Amino acid sequence: MSDDARKTFALDGQEVPFEPGQTILQAALAAGHYVPHLCFHPEFRPHGSCRVCTVKVNGRTTASCTTPARDDDVVESHTEELAELRRSLIQFLFTEGNHFCPSCEQSGNCTLQAVGYELGVTTGHYNPLFPNRPLDASHPDVLLDFNRCILCELCVHASAEVDKKHVFALSGRGITKHLVVNAESGRLCDTPLAVYDKAMSVCPVGVIQRKGRGFAVPIGTRTYDRAPISGIAVARREEV
Amino acid sequence: MEQVKRKLRVATTSLAGCFGCHMSLLDIDERLVPLLDLIELDASPLTDLKHCGPCDLGLIEGGLCNAENVHVLREFRRQCQTLVAVGSCAITGGLPAQRNHLDIRDCLQTVYLTGVGVERGFIPNDPELPLPLDRVHPLHDVVKIDYFLPGCPPSADAIWQFLNDLIAGRTPQLGHGLIRYD
Repeated sequence: MSDDARKTFALDGQEVPFEPGQTILQAALAAGHYVPHLCFHPEFRPHGSCRVCTVKVNGRTTASCTTPARDDDVVESHTEELAELRRSLIQFLFTEGNHFCPSCEQSGNCTLQAVGYELGVTTGHYNPLFPNRPLDASHPDVLLDFNRCILCELCVHASAEVDKKHVFALSGRGITKHLVVNAESGRLCDTPLAVYDKAMSVCPVGVIQRKGRGFAVPIGTRTYDRAPISGIAVARREEV
Repeated sequence: MEQVKRKLRVATTSLAGCFGCHMSLLDIDERLVPLLDLIELDASPLTDLKHCGPCDLGLIEGGLCNAENVHVLREFRRQCQTLVAVGSCAITGGLPAQRNHLDIRDCLQTVYLTGVGVERGFIPNDPELPLPLDRVHPLHDVVKIDYFLPGCPPSADAIWQFLNDLIAGRTPQLGHGLIRYD
């Protein structure tokens, strides 16, 4: 095949063009097609941890955020089978942590919640684990609620790669894996984290909260209250 | 042969909830009038009937925080063809479940013995009082739930849409703006 030919793959039967180096998810979003995703952030290298963006490429399941787009691939995303798998992943995350939306400042701006709405998740289904991870309120401007962490690693990358501060890290394995604060004391007040850091703005859920500011925007008028995440993600595609 | 139209028999109850979901049901306002052409209420805080007869539909608000909640839930499950968990507390345990990481003994001691302003306190132990559970559970931890209607509370419009779908024999579908967790 000649290099100057336009390269495309088929997403649910529709032709999607892509640039060399783009992943399936990046190309799909750029072309205005929503593929549900959670830990992917356009400004950071995708690492495929949450698997919500799983699609079938030529019949095999794979994370679309890390799989390079290839010419003539046949990709399925909008199927009931994949929607059911994605719902289960969202339910695992909701029941592993403590996601009590009515009391969370992030409600309405929360990606986990918005993807749940998009996929029609109405119940956690599994028995909730009710974790008991103490809050860290040591920092004068920032509160950490670890019970809401979905281990997406975005704050880890933002703090290391953009802020150059390495404030956050993940520790442990499997079900004991958890977010830690990179200080000898383990407390946020002993790190150089500042409110204007990139790490402050990337959390898709409600772990990293600004102190002294609550419900500035009323519930019901927030980002994903106004429009579904599928429309917003596609509208933001110029960032991808 | 045309079937005789029968009103759906509906029971409702609030377990470990705040009655907010019932208030939201009443919030459907004037639509209650056409709704009452389609349903009749059995046991419910609105009829003050305490026990549930055979019903087509049971709407349960609130989670399970004590032994009586479990008893009522099982009665509803026995009597209702279709059982719906309504609201955050029924679906996740909700606000009452935020005590789940605390020891129940410590909770009772703080509230009834050592809390600020408590004088000559004692932990209530009247046999009439249902025993609290060590943890607050969502309904589906104990019985099969057929449908979940999330929200704190679900909006009147969500309840209206849900009931209309169900009464018409459709699987309830809540679109954007009606499916809410907060």
